[in-house]
Amino acid sequence: MPGGPAERPATRVRRDPGGPLLIEGPVEVELPDGSLVRSDRPVVALCMCGRSGIPPWCDTSHRGRRA
Amino acid sequence: MRPPQPRGEISAALIGALTTTSPGEGPLPAAGAADPYGDDLQLALYLCYELHYRGVAGVSDDWEWDPRLLRLRGELEKLFLTALRADVPTGAGAAAALEELVLEPRDGRGVSHFLCGSGELWQLREYAAHRSLYQLKEADPHAWMIPRLTGRAKAALVAVEYDEFGAGRAERVHARLFADLMRDLGLDDTYGRYLDAAPASTLATVNLMSLFGLHRALRGALAGHFATVESLSPPASRRLVRAMERLDAGPAAVRFYAEHVEADAVHEQLVRHDVVGDLLRREPGLAGDVEFGIAATRRLDERFEADLLAAWQARRSSLLIPLTD
Ligand code: FES
Ligand SMILES: [Fe+2]
Ligand SMILES: [Fe+2]
Repeated sequence: MPGGPAERPATRVRRDPGGPLLIEGPVEVELPDGSLVRSDRPVVALCMCGRSGIPPWCDTSHRGRRA
Repeated sequence: MRPPQPRGEISAALIGALTTTSPGEGPLPAAGAADPYGDDLQLALYLCYELHYRGVAGVSDDWEWDPRLLRLRGELEKLFLTALRADVPTGAGAAAALEELVLEPRDGRGVSHFLCGSGELWQLREYAAHRSLYQLKEADPHAWMIPRLTGRAKAALVAVEYDEFGAGRAERVHARLFADLMRDLGLDDTYGRYLDAAPASTLATVNLMSLFGLHRALRGALAGHFATVESLSPPASRRLVRAMERLDAGPAAVRFYAEHVEADAVHEQLVRHDVVGDLLRREPGLAGDVEFGIAATRRLDERFEADLLAAWQARRSSLLIPLTD
């Protein structure tokens, strides 16, 4: 669309299969109770597995075990 | 850092030359057939490397690039590296070695398991004293990788290092967080303070990263080292948070490991996929060195941890000079 408004920069995220969602920081996450938590890291790992001890961040609890 | 006490002929001659002569003057020792994992060689090598970090009090900075000192360093490195290449199992490939790093063992028997389950405060303090040799210069050796990378690997490595170095805030530099931990544990956070107390198996873990970092030819091994450190850290840090809390070690002591649970869950992803992944796409011939770097790091960590656990099981100090309170 020449001359139209510039495309807004998209937030790029990456999913580690079986692991967290990686997203460029800083990130604010709104928790179910409405409160906000913030991470200022250059890249933030959000827990997708539900097992993290420090939600909403990943703490590698998603890892499998050795055979 | 003050010059250490000698631990044999080579380290004695080296310390003597560094502290009493100028570069180019007196005689320097030869490495001969020193035990590659022994105290004498590991201390001499540690001292050669320290000239590249912060230097040694009373020792001329010009020693860093003295050709004869570099020759001695080269001889020591050759003995160490040859032994490692012979002793460390490789062959399964870099991909398998990287995958294995993020699988949890079923029966954890390492130091972090021990400290978490039944460690006592004196053991926690000893562990921190050992680790201080690296943690007070945490992430410094990996910065040597920066000029050797390009593109995505470089951008990802620097993103991780930025986090390690406090993201622009001096009070958040990980080495500084470790100094805070040491003070919570009643330890002296002076750089190099526990060098004389650290046995060869501790020195070897630090010498390994200096060796990999100072040789561009070993950049693949350094990338493997970093992937190993970052991947093994989150679960171990989780256990150490519990140990610090259980033993009431103090808020800064808890904070150092809590920070590493969260930070290294990210760093692990970036180092494995972006740094190592991109490096190997550009230079597939480095796969063997990445695998070697991972295996050597794990082997030396296991030796270090086995020495600590053996000493503690015998109810004796794991340090060459026990801590006083
Ligand atoms: S995704 Fe890593 S702990 Fe849940
Ligand atoms: Fe760190
Ligand atoms: Fe890290």
